[in-house]
Amino acid sequence: MKVFIYPTNSLILSDLVERFGHEPLALMTEIRKKVNTPGLDSPPLNVTPDDPKKGLKWAAIEIPSGVRGRMAIVDPLIEQAEAAIIIEDAEYMFGCMGCARTNELIKYVVRMKDIPVLELKYPKSENDAKNLVLQVKEFLDKLMKQEKEKARAEEE
Amino acid sequence: MVEAKAKARDEEVITKIVVISDTELPSNLALAAYKVSSDVTIKETCFGLMVTGKRKDVDYVIMELRKLNPYKIFSKERGFPPGDPRRCRADRGGGPRPGFHQLKCELDILPDISKGLILVDRGSKPISQPVPKNLDVDRFKEIIDEETSKKGEGSKK
Repeated sequence: MKVFIYPTNSLILSDLVERFGHEPLALMTEIRKKVNTPGLDSPPLNVTPDDPKKGLKWAAIEIPSGVRGRMAIVDPLIEQAEAAIIIEDAEYMFGCMGCARTNELIKYVVRMKDIPVLELKYPKSENDAKNLVLQVKEFLDKLMKQEKEKARAEEE
Repeated sequence: MVEAKAKARDEEVITKIVVISDTELPSNLALAAYKVSSDVTIKETCFGLMVTGKRKDVDYVIMELRKLNPYKIFSKERGFPPGDPRRCRADRGGGPRPGFHQLKCELDILPDISKGLILVDRGSKPISQPVPKNLDVDRFKEIIDEETSKKGEGSKK
C-alpha cells in the first residue's frame, strides 16, 4: 500500500514504512523527478510556470506562490496516498511562513481525504521513540491485513 | 500494462542514502556493499553511504546491507544524485549540505528507534503514554494574580 509520510522527507518514517512492507510516498521521489529530468525551461531546479498553476488545485490565487509551488510538488503524493502517517511537532519542520502554511494545508488535505491516518507526536524520550515504532508497526500491519482482505474479495 | 510499469520502475535510476546508527562504521558498510554488487555506484559519507543505480540493484544492495545489522541500518531515497553541483559541498564553499541538519536531528533518535525495532521483533504491543495536561484555568488565574500583586498592581482592574 502507498503510505504518505509527514514530515515528507523523514528518514525514520520512510525507513519504517519500507521495512514493514509498504511503499513510502516521500518528497524525495518527486524532487528526483524534477531535478533529474532534462529541461531547458528553468534550470537548475526545473520549476516551471506551470507548477504554481498546478498548485491552484489546492490553494487560491491570492495565497503566496510559495505555498502553491510546494503544493504542486506534494500534489502527486497526496493523489496516490492510500494511507498516511503524520508526526506532529518535529523540530526540524520549523521554517518560513510559506513552509508553515504549506505544512498546515498538507495535513488538512490528508485528514480530509478518506484514508486511514495515524497521528503521532515527535518522540522526545526513549520510551516515546519505542512507542512510535510499535504504533507504526501496528498501523502498517492493519493496512496489510486490509489489503489482503481486499485482494481476496476481488478474487472471489 | 502493469508489468511494463513495474519494469520501468525497476529500471529507473535512483539514489538511496544508508544511515548507520552508532557502533557500525561507514567504511565497513562500504566494503560490504562493494561485495554485494558492482552494478551500483557507492559513495561513503560521514553518516553512511549513498548508493546510486537502477532501483532493483539499489534495493538489492540495501536489503543485503540490512542483514549485517537490521536494527542499526536505515535508508531513504535521495532526490539529488551524489556530487550534484546544486547540493555538493565542494561547489558551495564548504559547510553542511542542505538537508543535513534534518538528517542530524533524526540521527540523534536513531538509537532509540533501534530499541523500538528490537521490541517489534519480540512482539511487544504499544502502550498509550499519558498526555501532559494543560494548566488548570483557576491555577493560571492564581499565577497571574501572584505575579501582578508582586508588581503592586491589582489583576482585577
